Parts: sequence; structure tokens; C-alpha cells
Amino acid sequence: MDINQKFTPQSWPQHSETATMEGKNKFVGIWIFLASDTVLFASVFATYLALKDQGPAGMEFTAKGLFELPLAFMMTMLLLTSSLTSVYAMYHMKNHNAKGVITWMAMTVILGLGFLGLEIYEFVHYVHLGFGYTQSAFSSAFFTLVGTHGLHVVIGLIWITGLLIRNAKRGLNLYNAPKFFAASLYWHFIDVVWVFIFTVVYLMGVLG
Amino acid sequence: MAHGTHFETRSQAQYEYDRAQNAKKMRKQVTQFAIMILLTFVAFAAVIADFAPNFIKPVILLLAGVQVVQQLYAFMHLDEKDAPHNGVIQFFIWGGGFIAFTFFVAFLTIIWW
Amino acid sequence: MSSVAKKKGFGGHVWDYLTTVDHKKIAILYLAAGTLFFAIAGFEALLMRIQLMIPNNDFISAGLFNELLTMHGTTMLFLAATPLLFAFMNAIVPLQIGARDVAFPFLNALGFWLFFFGAVFLHLSFFMGGAPDAGWTSYASLSLYSPGHGIDFYVLGLQISGAGTLISGINFIVTIITMRAPGMTFMRMPLFTWTTLVSSTLILFAFPPLTVGLFLMLVDRMFGANFFDHTMGGNTIIWEHLFWIFGHPEVYILVLPAFGLFSEIIPVFARKRLFGYSSMVFATILIGFLGFMVWAHHMFTTGLGATANAIFAVATMAIAVPTGMKVFNWILTIWGGSIKVTVPMLYALGFIPSFVAGGVTGVMQATAPLDYQLHDSYFIVAHFHYVIVGGIVTALFGSAHFYWPIMFNRTLSEKLGVLTFWVFFIGFHLTFFVQHFLGLMGMPRRVFTYMADQGWDTFNFISTIGALMMGVGVILLVINVLLSIKSAPVNRRDYWGDGRSLEWALETPLPFYNFKQTPLVRGYDPYWIEKQEGNKEGMVYAEPLGDIHMPNNSILPLVMSIGTFIAAFGALYSPWGDQAIAGTAESLSATGSLALLIGGLGLTVACMIIRSFKDDLGFHVHKEEVIQIEKELAEFRAKGGKR
Repeated sequence: MDINQKFTPQSWPQHSETATMEGKNKFVGIWIFLASDTVLFASVFATYLALKDQGPAGMEFTAKGLFELPLAFMMTMLLLTSSLTSVYAMYHMKNHNAKGVITWMAMTVILGLGFLGLEIYEFVHYVHLGFGYTQSAFSSAFFTLVGTHGLHVVIGLIWITGLLIRNAKRGLNLYNAPKFFAASLYWHFIDVVWVFIFTVVYLMGVLG
Repeated sequence: MAHGTHFETRSQAQYEYDRAQNAKKMRKQVTQFAIMILLTFVAFAAVIADFAPNFIKPVILLLAGVQVVQQLYAFMHLDEKDAPHNGVIQFFIWGGGFIAFTFFVAFLTIIWW
Repeated sequence: MSSVAKKKGFGGHVWDYLTTVDHKKIAILYLAAGTLFFAIAGFEALLMRIQLMIPNNDFISAGLFNELLTMHGTTMLFLAATPLLFAFMNAIVPLQIGARDVAFPFLNALGFWLFFFGAVFLHLSFFMGGAPDAGWTSYASLSLYSPGHGIDFYVLGLQISGAGTLISGINFIVTIITMRAPGMTFMRMPLFTWTTLVSSTLILFAFPPLTVGLFLMLVDRMFGANFFDHTMGGNTIIWEHLFWIFGHPEVYILVLPAFGLFSEIIPVFARKRLFGYSSMVFATILIGFLGFMVWAHHMFTTGLGATANAIFAVATMAIAVPTGMKVFNWILTIWGGSIKVTVPMLYALGFIPSFVAGGVTGVMQATAPLDYQLHDSYFIVAHFHYVIVGGIVTALFGSAHFYWPIMFNRTLSEKLGVLTFWVFFIGFHLTFFVQHFLGLMGMPRRVFTYMADQGWDTFNFISTIGALMMGVGVILLVINVLLSIKSAPVNRRDYWGDGRSLEWALETPLPFYNFKQTPLVRGYDPYWIEKQEGNKEGMVYAEPLGDIHMPNNSILPLVMSIGTFIAAFGALYSPWGDQAIAGTAESLSATGSLALLIGGLGLTVACMIIRSFKDDLGFHVHKEEVIQIEKELAEFRAKGGKR
């Protein structure tokens, strides 16, 4: 492709992310990767479910006692909204509106940072209660599951921020359109995983 | 792609039609988002309302499943039949989901102390 | 960037291979590394067999024996079989589908270097306090408490290597989905491409559980987590589940490409189309799917209960059905054909009965009650060596002969190949056939010695003789490889004369872009179709001659892998590890350990950022250059040039 090819909103392809061979490959590639990440999270989830509430004899920490729904609800709202803002970014990409893409992706990052902040606060709170990583099998499993998700969030934020910095001057072209789209798909996937985390860890945890 | 592939400049009518379609699709996405918020709300409410756990657990799992399918098909555009290799991608995602499901069943049934 | 014109010095060649993203060169890298680790693992096996040659032997100590058996299994499966199969996948699959390279050439290189540095890291354990010694399966009840850093080398080495394999798996899936030549529908793909696709899908879904399991083991040993420690609420069975959820698909990851290779070899040397193509494809997919449903047949004796055992037993037996379909199809391909017994065909003919023998003992073991007797005995060892050596190693050796003309524009000696085959094949049966009886007579596996006069002495002795023969066979193969360097170049297409698929349509030595024009595929066995129609050009083309777009080389994959290698040392020498605290293993200060960890990962991340921020669009080979390259290659071949 010619990276210097100039587009107008009228000549910009509707599916810019798959308008080139490299774009198609990246598109299929990110989906295939997400399929493998699904199985990765499934393994960590399954381990968590097996080790839920398990600890040394006499341990008083239980899911029911520990997890607080209001916090989980706020985190869910933040992440879900950040998923919507990234959809907005892709909508602007369809319309060849570079500024729109950058603005809405930046919103996604801000909401993601908010989510992360709340999660860090939650972890620190648990550690202060004595529920640290090494406290029990349950604690190791909880922090590994939610922490792996959190690590995915961090990676996503670095990825999207990197793209914003990288493309600030370049604008939209057929080389970076697939990059934005792949990052956006990845971000949606992280939200999908969170749906299961708040259901299985927090909601079912509180149910007992 | 061959060097210097030509991208057709759309006519003004086509362009405006496409923009209107995009805007319509975006509104649909917002509707989907609202439904997701609703489902989330219902799930949290069901738990707070203190019903029998064994009744609520499958319900909230079902709600989660529905929301995940929503995200896949709406937000992630898995419903776009004309996207490249859409069928193969769906196969891999559902395949991964099925394998994930077998892990849950296994770890919940054949691990004990 | 001409294939012929510029002559590189030695340094130039080294730099080319360190920075290459060309699938053909990456294939050679995999072949070299795989062969190296195959030789090391084979040597470990020989040492074990010498120790077991006579009862109460003291050639190898018990501790060292445990390290040898662990490293033999780990190296053979992860660091020898996998890379050697990847070598063929890399060399041949893009050619079979009419592509110029894989979908992600940069990631292809990254996959190799990660594998390589993971392998090197694991092997450094021999020199840095001792290799892992809890078996290639590293069950948590044993490995959690293994003194020294051996298990840590295992965990970190496989974690890095595994990441490389997963990346390569994704690469092949995308390549096969998106980069097939026009006219190549899924049901016109050659069987080796199909098995690569299914095997890569298995990699995609099986390596994540291994990644998770290794991570849990890592944090349990090095950072105080409690996943497998029952006193803290953990459960050691979780490791077994995660490991075997990976471990069972792993063996299908290895055997399916071997099946694919034989599905290429047999039709060529029977001069007959593969029998039952659709059922072969269907069987491949079914084996892949069922491969995920049977993992607990490795855990029959752990107390899962009769119901679980029954379910997994039946599922395991079910896999024999599609596998049997494939065997019948191979036999029916040969039946009525005009058979040419070349070295690759010898290996194929040796493969069929050997693999079937291994398969039927597998079905025996699938019967859970019988497995209670056979588990952890030499019967199991015999079974899996029959399917692995009889299935995978024969495929590798046979395919080396088969594809050497394409990969190196040389041939391996046919005479030496026949000798190698018989020495290796007879040695293989001598080694492992008697082990069935040793198992039935009660000899446990993973024992470093045994008492005399239990009836085991003779068979152990015979088994060792067989192993020595296998060693001689491997040495003969290596000699064959070395001799081929100076042998006559092939310099033409379709070396074997009966090639059916696209890779045989190209004249060797191949230009770096493979096809000057993307071919048009008119059916299954596309080259055969063209040959039948008298097409002297090789293939018909789907596009006119034009500019060719190729990817740039890069040093970043190598540097990224070095970064993970450095980080692994940081994790290894963590002062918070159980063994470091207990004093059985060395550690660094917290600063030192974290510096290595963060520095190493930082290097990797920095490379990723550099890669992401650059615009790397590759380079173009203009139409005139393509014509020039083709002309030079034609002259080179006509003059009998060596390259």
C-alpha cells in the first residue's frame, strides 16, 4: 500500500481495517488470538472456582464476607462505558474522522484508568485486611484471576495510548486503521471477560 | 494488495447514504449498550434482593452469557456477515467458548480434597 | 535483494539468518535447532539405557537419572519434535497454498527466537545447579518441593518456548485462512496444510492451559502462592488437570502434522491420488476435537471416580475410529498403485504397522481398569514410544529425504538413507517391543535401577542394544546431511518426478519471493492437473507479472527474545522463592533480581514499542527486477550452479 495515499471522506473505504492484505491478516489474527485468550482465562477461572473459599483450617476470609457489590458495580459501569466509547471511536474511523477516533479512544483510556484505580484501591484494601496474595489458596486464586484481567487492562491501556501518541501527527491511513481496530477488539474482549468476573467472582461470591 | 490500489470515490449521494447508515448503526450500538446496562443492573439487583442462591446462580450466569453474546455480535461486529472470513472466526470463537465450558464442568466436578 | 547476484560473506550470512523473516530460512533455523536438541535428548536416552542395561548398575546416580529422564522427555517433545515439525510447516505450507510468505513474517521470526532462547535457558540448568528432575510432567506434589532451581528452569524455559509456539500457531492459522492462492478452496488444500491448520488450532487452545499451569507453579515456588499446597487450601490435582488438558492435545499437535507428511509422501510414491480425501479431512478435524475431551485418561488412578473414568475411557477409545479411518485410507492409497520404494516410502511403510501397534496399546490403556495395572509401568513407555518414534520420528526422517530437494536444492543419499532406515527401524523395535513385556512383568517406569533375577534382565539388555542401534541410525542420518552439502544440486522442479501439489511446481533453488506470479489452482493436486494437461511452465497464473511486495528483515525478534531470557534469570534468582529461602538454591538480592526481571521485560517491551511506532511497509521488487532474477536463476540452473 502507499502510505502517503491521500483520502477524502468520500474515497476512504468503509471497512478501512480490512481494505489491505495486511489489514485482513491483522483482523483475522486478533480474533484468533482472542480465541486463545478465552481459553487462557477459562483455565484461570476454572482454577478459581475450584479454590473458592479454600484456605488453611480456621480461615475466616470468604467470598461472601469480603466482596463489596457497590465497588464491583462502579467498576463494571466504567469498563462497560469504556467499551462503548471505543465503539464510538470506530464509528468515527468509518467516517474518516481522525480527531473523533483520537478523542473517543482517549475517553476509553480515561475510563480504563478509572477502572484500574478502583481495582488497585480494592486490592490494597484487601491486603490491609490480611487477605494478601500468599494468605491462602483462595486469595492466590482471586488475585491471579482478577489480576490477570487487570494486567490485560494495563496492556490495553498502554497499547491504545501508544497508538494515540503514534498517530497524533499521522492521522488515519490504511496502515494504522487496522491497528486501531485490533486494539478496539481487544478492549471489547477485556470487557467480555469482566462480565464473567463480576458475575462469577463478585455476584456468586456474595451469594455464597 | 497490489501497489497503488484504487479506492473508488463515492458519489455524494452514496456518501451521504453511508454516513446516515453509520449513524443509524451507531444508534443501534447505543441501544445495545443500554440493554447491557439493564442486564447488569438486573443481575446485581437479583443478588441484592436476597433470593435463594441456587435459583439466582443460573439466572445471573445466563444474563452474563447473553451480555457476552451481545458484546460479541454488536460491539465486536461479529454479526457482519460480509466481514472477511466471518464464518471461520465465529467457528474459532465458539470453539474456544466450548472448550472453556468443558474446563468449568471438569474443575467443578472432578476436583476435591 | 536478488537471490543470486550479491555474494555475501560469512558475516553477511550470519546477519541474514539472525534478522530473517523469510519462512524458508526460518525453516532451516528450526531444522538446525530441532536437530541439535534431538541429538541432546537422544544422548540423554542412551545414558539412561546404559544405566538400565544391567541390574543394580551404578553408571548414573539416581538423582542424575531423574534429571536425564525429565530432560529427555521435555526436550524431545517441546524442543525437538515441535521445532522439526515447524521446520517442515514453515518450508512447505506457504508453497503448498501458493503464498509468498506467512501472514506475519515478523512474528514467525519471533516465534523461532522465543523457542530457541527458552530451550537454551532450560538447558543451562545442567550447568547451573542441576536440571529439573520431576519428570516432563512435573507433578506438583513432587516439583513444588524439589530443591535447587531445576524446576524453576523448567517452568521459565517452557513458558518462554511455549509463547513462541503459540505465536507460530496463530501465524499458521491466519496464513492458511487468508493467504491461499485463487482457486484453492479449503477442500482443495493438501493434507499437510490441513493437518497444519488443525494442529495449529490445537496449539491455540492447548498452550494457554499450560501457560496458566506453569504460571501457577512459578508463583507457588517463587512468590509464595498456594495453588497446589493442600495445607493452605490448594489442590495438587489442579496441576495435573491443567498439564494434561495441554498434554493430551500436545501429542496430537505432534502426530497430526506427521500424518499430514505421510499423506503427501504416500500418494507420490504409490503414483496414485490420496484415497478418501474428504474423510481424511474429516478424520483430522475429529481427532483434533476429540483430543480435547480425553485428558483425564492420564489421571485414571488419581481417584476421579468411576463415572469420570468411564466417560474419559469411552472418549479415548473413540479417537481410534478416525485414526483408523486414516490408516485404511493410506493403505487403500497404496493398494493398486505403482509403488516406488524410495527412502521416504520406506519410512511410510514402516510407519503404518508401527503406529498401529502403538495405537492399539493405547486403546488397551484406555480401558480404565486395565490402566490401573499398566499405569506408570514400562507398558506405557512402550506405547508412547511406538506412536512417537513409529509415528512422528519416522515422518521427520522420511520427510527430510522427501523435502530436502526443495529446502536445500540437494538430495540426501538414497543408499545411505536405506541403511539408516533399517538400522534405526530394527533398533527401534528392539528397544521398545520388549518394553511391553517388561511393563506386563511389573517393571515400573522412571526407576534408575532394578534388582537382578526378577525376569527383567534380558529384556533390559536387549532394549539397550536397540537404543544403541537407534543412536547409530541417527549418526548415519547426520552424516547423510553433511554429505549432502557437497552433493550435486537439483536445479529443477519436481525432483521425485511424481509430485502432485504446488510445492513441486517450483524450480529450485527458489527465488526469495517463491512465486513470480500467484498460481491459479484448478483442483486438488493442482500441479498434477497441470502436468496431466502437458503444461511445461509448471502452473497457470492468476495474475500478470507485476511488482512483488515483500517484508523487511528485522533484528527485533532476536532482541525481544533476549529480553525474555534476561527476565527469566531475574525470576529464577528471586530471593522470595521457597528454595532460596530454604537455602538449597542460590538467589540474588531483591534489587538484583528485580533489575534483571524489569530490565529484561523492559527490553522486550521497548522493542515492541519501537516496532509499533515505525512504519514498516516492506519493500517492493519491481517487475524488471523480477524478470532479471528469474533470468539469472535460469542461467544458474543451466550451468549446474551450486546454491
